[in-house]
Amino acid sequence: MLDELLEELRSGSGSRSGPRGDREPPQRAAMERLAELQKPLFTKPEDPQEVDTPLPNVSKISFYLEQAGVGLGQVETFRISLAIRQLVESEALPRCRLWGKILGTRGSYIVVEAEYRDGEQDDEPDPEEEDDGGKVTLLAFPRQEGLPQPAYRPPPAVPREAVGTGANRFMYYVCSEPGLPWVKLPPVTPAQVTAARSIYKLFTGNLDSPVVSYPPFPGNEANYLRAQIARISAGTHVSPQGFYQLGEDEACEPNPDFEDVQPALMCDLSAWVHHMPHILQQGRCTWANLSGKRGDDSNEEGEAEEEEEEPEEMGPQLLTPLSLDAEMFGVPPWTCRLSSTLVPQHAVAVLRSNLWPGAHAYASGKKFENFYVGWGLKYCGGGGFSPQAPPPPQTEYPEGPELAEVPDPSLEDEQALRDALEERHLSPGLDEDDDEEDDEDDEDN
Amino acid sequence: MDSDLFCSAMEFVAGSGSVLTSEQKAAMQTSFVILKKNYKFERVLFWGKILGIKEDYFIVQGRGEDELKDRKNLYSFNCMDWFLLPPATESMINEVSKTAKGHFTGDPSFVYEQVGSESTEAVSKVNEEKRLAVSVHQIDEEVSVVPRGAFIRTPQGLVHINCSFSGLSESEAKKLDNFLHFSEPKNLKKKSILELAGRNLARDFLDALSDDVPEGSWSLQLESGGQVCVIRSLLWPGLTFFHVPMTLQHGHVYIGPGIKNLSLPFQL
Repeated sequence: MLDELLEELRSGSGSRSGPRGDREPPQRAAMERLAELQKPLFTKPEDPQEVDTPLPNVSKISFYLEQAGVGLGQVETFRISLAIRQLVESEALPRCRLWGKILGTRGSYIVVEAEYRDGEQDDEPDPEEEDDGGKVTLLAFPRQEGLPQPAYRPPPAVPREAVGTGANRFMYYVCSEPGLPWVKLPPVTPAQVTAARSIYKLFTGNLDSPVVSYPPFPGNEANYLRAQIARISAGTHVSPQGFYQLGEDEACEPNPDFEDVQPALMCDLSAWVHHMPHILQQGRCTWANLSGKRGDDSNEEGEAEEEEEEPEEMGPQLLTPLSLDAEMFGVPPWTCRLSSTLVPQHAVAVLRSNLWPGAHAYASGKKFENFYVGWGLKYCGGGGFSPQAPPPPQTEYPEGPELAEVPDPSLEDEQALRDALEERHLSPGLDEDDDEEDDEDDEDN
Repeated sequence: MDSDLFCSAMEFVAGSGSVLTSEQKAAMQTSFVILKKNYKFERVLFWGKILGIKEDYFIVQGRGEDELKDRKNLYSFNCMDWFLLPPATESMINEVSKTAKGHFTGDPSFVYEQVGSESTEAVSKVNEEKRLAVSVHQIDEEVSVVPRGAFIRTPQGLVHINCSFSGLSESEAKKLDNFLHFSEPKNLKKKSILELAGRNLARDFLDALSDDVPEGSWSLQLESGGQVCVIRSLLWPGLTFFHVPMTLQHGHVYIGPGIKNLSLPFQL
């Protein structure tokens, strides 16, 4: 106690004894600003009689999620649900749900998944189609004579999937704190998905910050966030078997005859199916044949013959049971259990992904929900992540015999050569010129 | 986190996404009282939860007279039947770090095996209970956090709760140097006398988080409308610390897979 008093006297701040409020104007101001921003959330809805609302019942979902051991806290969840109401009203969304939360080093993102309105087109142009960009442009060095030209030809750009299909089936809105404005994420491109697979970066919490990584990521953090959301959704969005059925055009549609399943029976991986399409190696959900396009591009370079027809890439079917999921790093991909051991009658079935730590699903009666909260990164094995090695450097000059290094001749070799030459010298029938050259060579050696 | 704060504190750390069910919270509160009585602890803390493939381990820490040294850890699956974890020794840590990798299984008798290199041919075996003890010990050593001034070292060398601590101010709570590792200091001895000149012997006997390598292995944010200071470790993802400025409320909890993040250098 005495020490503390002494320190306070020494530092002259008098922090612990004096009045406290007057010392922190900047922090207070930030808090007050946030409170002012959150105030409009608590206004009464204009039309409270509306029954058929696209608004999800976030508090109810969070109650079930809490049984699963995941949640964001009751008060915070309610604030989020008010923020979602604000979003639905301002954007006139047909249907949306709380997708989850992605933590970042300086801030986190609350993510809402929404369906596109019928016939809606995205205004954002496809960076791949615009020009050759989208990929990282090589630094433009002035061309100089005699210097080798890079042999690297970028692979043909895979076209983006149209909005409302495949990896772009839903649009996503994010905000960092309920009350702050919602930001719509741009649609994802296949190049971004493939690049996101080979990097392992944490989010910072600022959508505009660049993603500094190797291999380079095409886009900023908003694109990276969208790519990770697409990967997480494709990998971990699951539903009880029978809830969805395949429609005419191979799309999922809710099954009207679905009957609720006992939670105890849901504690089995074969009772769950994936209802989001798998993202292929190409970065799309449906395979795009690029061989035609590639042939056109490379005809001038005379490489068309070398191109081989790539076999069509096929992912697992929609509505494949989870029990068929591949095991990675020796870890079963899912953990499935009942939420309560003491009152199993009223428990819900809970599913937790081990490959995407933070991805959860629950099923209770006819209801189910998927929720993600975590750092947005995939589990990468017990040994940690190992980054991709850079490709071998291009040779600076053509290699030939004149540049190949040969070992220096030893004394014995020289002696042998001299003997051989002398022998030739003595032997008749040889040109004079030849001999002279040989002699010169000898002297050089 | 302290058992007295348990319910309110779980709400503060919920921003990381992990909560306990009402069933678990209720069982915990009963267990705290029983454990405190049976093991004669001065204080009982909810340490956290380690997620396993089959079962999760709930972990409670009991503290004796010396907050830093008199510690006992107990684990349970149902928050009711508790088992004492063996103290982690140097040899145990070496054994575990060589052998055990990946997720916990949820079975304390599960044996991890690692065949040694070709020359030695030795098979090292370690069971999961030992691994759990080592992981808990490592997390305590590397990432347990307290606000500066919350604990004092008495002239006898014992570490006690500082009764006159009234919380960090809001501006202090935004800086990482006001949060300390609650484990035996390692960096303090390396510091020059000049750096330690303004130090208060009773309070500043611990390492500050801001000295950690790599820089940026902590994420400090203000949550719940800027009213709670939350620190998350990136080295052990799952560890969340909270402190409500100007109050005594602080604590940390680990809810995660119990795996150290070896990929951190690539993530920043």
